[in-house]
Amino acid sequence: MATNWIPLWLHKLGSPPTFYRFAGTLQPWAMTLALLLGAIALYGGLVLAPADYQQGDAYRIIFIHVPSAWMSMFIYGVMGVSAFIALVWRIKLAEVVAMESAPIGAAFTFITLVTGSLWGKPMWGTWWTWDARLTSELVLLFLYLGVVGLYHAFEDRRQGARAAAFLAIIGIINVPIVHFSVNWWNTLHQGSTVNIFGQSKMSAAMLWPLLTMMLATKFYYAASLFSRVRTALLSLEGGKDWVRKIVENEARR
Amino acid sequence: MSPLASFLAMGGYAAYVWPAYAVFFIVLIADSLAPRLRRRRLLHDLRARIARKRARDSRASVSTPPPA
Repeated sequence: MATNWIPLWLHKLGSPPTFYRFAGTLQPWAMTLALLLGAIALYGGLVLAPADYQQGDAYRIIFIHVPSAWMSMFIYGVMGVSAFIALVWRIKLAEVVAMESAPIGAAFTFITLVTGSLWGKPMWGTWWTWDARLTSELVLLFLYLGVVGLYHAFEDRRQGARAAAFLAIIGIINVPIVHFSVNWWNTLHQGSTVNIFGQSKMSAAMLWPLLTMMLATKFYYAASLFSRVRTALLSLEGGKDWVRKIVENEARR
Repeated sequence: MSPLASFLAMGGYAAYVWPAYAVFFIVLIADSLAPRLRRRRLLHDLRARIARKRARDSRASVSTPPPA
């Protein structure tokens, strides 16, 4: 078998009943952390952080817009990598992770576009402009929706997952375009404010709520993904023994 | 202006800031409810399928005697 190099524990974790239990244990913790960190970040961003000297209080949209934008790209990365693993090694769990990531990614991309629009109106004077950053983010939304649509267009779930995984991999090319669009083209959208490897162009009082919200959205993604993957595994493995046991246990409660 | 009123006014940008936050929460709440509803429907279907299979199996064992 070509998968000999995969450590045994990882191999076990990839089996649907094991991952179902694993995700079930971690999901409430991830959701609790997401809500806790989210609340702290909102308090820091909406109450503690001072108003911006140029944008006044309108800039406070940054605390949801930028973390959502980061998630829209991060989730695409996770989806692309699992789609690749699913196509090459035919691992069912990788297929499920890729397919169940798509609607969450679409949700964050939608939030990014709408909050950006609501921020753009008072600052730029327009809801929308066909500039490189905005257009590539819109393309990202269409890619997510394309993956979801293609997956559901097939009668056979696994065949659909393979077709959609292929689209997800091709679409990865768009992620660096979104990220670097503000450097490659002259755009209305401002450049990066936060720099992981250097000095960020932002005061600490504004930076910590932003980074805390970034963590909160990461945990939210984990929580949402875990509950989606669990449901999808029950559905895909519907006829199997481990699912029957779970169904019977749930019925007794 | 009271502190609460000035907070809600968002320096005159309330019409942009609060809808943005509302969209953020509404979309994420919908996203987290979707799998829960899907799971409930699925468990219902699976339970029905198991009950059907059990009924079929018991009928089969009554009509045909087990091989010797």
